Amino acid sequence: MSDTATIEPRTKAPAFDVGAIRAEFPILATEMQGRPLVYLDSAASTQKPKAVIDALAHVYAADYANIHRGIYDLSQRASALHDEARHKVQRFIKAQDWREIVFTRNATEAINLVAQCFTAPDLRAGDEILVTEMEHHANIVPWQMIAEAKGAKVVPAPVTEVGELDLEAFERLIGPKTRMIAVVWVSNVLGTVNPVAEIVALAKARGVPVLIDAAQAVQHLPVDVQALDADFIVFSAHKLYGPSGVGVLWGKAAHLDAMPPYQGGGDMIERVSFSGTTWNEIPFKFEAGTPDIAGIIALGAAIDFVESIGIEAIARHEAELLAYGTRAIQQVPGLRLIGTAHEKASVLTFTLEGAHPQDIGMLLDLDGIAIRTGHHCAMPLHERFGLNASARASFGIYNTTDDIDALTRSLHRAAGMFQ
Amino acid sequence: MSREADEIAGAEAEIEEDFALFDDVRDKIEYIIDLGRDLESLPDELKTEGNRVRGCQSQVWLVAELDPATRRMALRADSDAVIVKGLISLVLRLYGGRTPEAITASTPAVFERVGLGKMLTPGRANGLYSMIERVRQLAQAYATAETTA
Repeated sequence: MSDTATIEPRTKAPAFDVGAIRAEFPILATEMQGRPLVYLDSAASTQKPKAVIDALAHVYAADYANIHRGIYDLSQRASALHDEARHKVQRFIKAQDWREIVFTRNATEAINLVAQCFTAPDLRAGDEILVTEMEHHANIVPWQMIAEAKGAKVVPAPVTEVGELDLEAFERLIGPKTRMIAVVWVSNVLGTVNPVAEIVALAKARGVPVLIDAAQAVQHLPVDVQALDADFIVFSAHKLYGPSGVGVLWGKAAHLDAMPPYQGGGDMIERVSFSGTTWNEIPFKFEAGTPDIAGIIALGAAIDFVESIGIEAIARHEAELLAYGTRAIQQVPGLRLIGTAHEKASVLTFTLEGAHPQDIGMLLDLDGIAIRTGHHCAMPLHERFGLNASARASFGIYNTTDDIDALTRSLHRAAGMFQ
Repeated sequence: MSREADEIAGAEAEIEEDFALFDDVRDKIEYIIDLGRDLESLPDELKTEGNRVRGCQSQVWLVAELDPATRRMALRADSDAVIVKGLISLVLRLYGGRTPEAITASTPAVFERVGLGKMLTPGRANGLYSMIERVRQLAQAYATAETTA
């Protein structure tokens, strides 16, 4: 140890060492199209650190049995790890009670669960569900489905030219018929960080329940569900460096208690008989069938990993990358940035004059650069900006300014080819 | 082999010769971009929902017309993405002006041979697979209509 180490204040967070972080992600050392992989698609799904990959493998190698009903030690060990993961999620989002954490397949399923079991039962013809123009299809279609069945409608609040929610218009749209508000925290296309605290306050003032889609938020910024005081929050493990196949629904215990079950099956029952079946307590009431046991345990490992680095440190690193990347790619001739909100996280969405986003994506692929092209499951938002498609580079914990330089070089070359 | 099948084989050979000039994928893609630029655009009135080929990330439109006298299928197609338009140009070179029977009897193996095989995987967002499928379906429909007429 050097002498300087001893005089460092003990409270200081460890320095953010992106090289050391990259070394934790085996896939980042691989190649794509014969070039070193430059992974800029974390908004679609993040890559996985060794801790998560090892946790998954270790469960199956050493701790695996079905949970909750086995009397033998192995099943109880698996059950304990599974329960521990739920407590890690509780701690991570600062929930009051572990029973407020429901495991689903993904954020999409969590939204469907709330739509079907919380909103739909009391929805009447003419009622309204307020969303925004910047929602992912996952936060539009489940509401449309229940609205259509009941003769209700889904109302989108407008987004401004820079890609911010028009909060005044949003407030005006909360009317006597509004039964539910469902808003994205961080837009997967624009990167806009919505003022969720204000949104929740507006909803509360009018007595309307709120669901916050945090699929693009939990990996980028600190989440405190008690401070935020929304009614429901959803996110996916696979965007939080965890495995695919696991999602989280956080809901206030009083709501979850009052809601009917989502699906029927094992684990969600208290007692089954042909004369009638009674439901298990929350959260088990919503977790019919054998869950993704290993995936849930690995989500716990992902949370440990993120917490070991610190979400604030991650946010700072990503903010630096975003500022650097915004400056760099705007030098590319003909490039138009979509979404320049004041509060923004980790996403650069753009179009390039003379090139279809798909053309850009295919050229960048040849350079080993993974970006996303298309409508990013946000067709209404693209329509609002007069686009069919766009190209999106998105950052995670492991990205570097070198990644952005590679992106910028390739974009310059693409601009040269297409213009 | 019928004369029509020979024509497709001839077009395949020409495409192979053209691609033999490039060893690098990037050069091949640049060539495809050039092909895309050179391909005549479809008039807007033909870019209809009915003519749209699904399964492509970009928009692709394909129009086929059978000449009853010659029994040959004229093909026109377009896309809003240049690389896709270049791939379309290759598809038109292979299948444009052939008989439905010759089209259904052939396989698009030439794309494999020129190193574009990866682009042919179903589900790839580039749409080459969907495009060829659509051409084959149209050819099949014309062929069936002929035999049942």
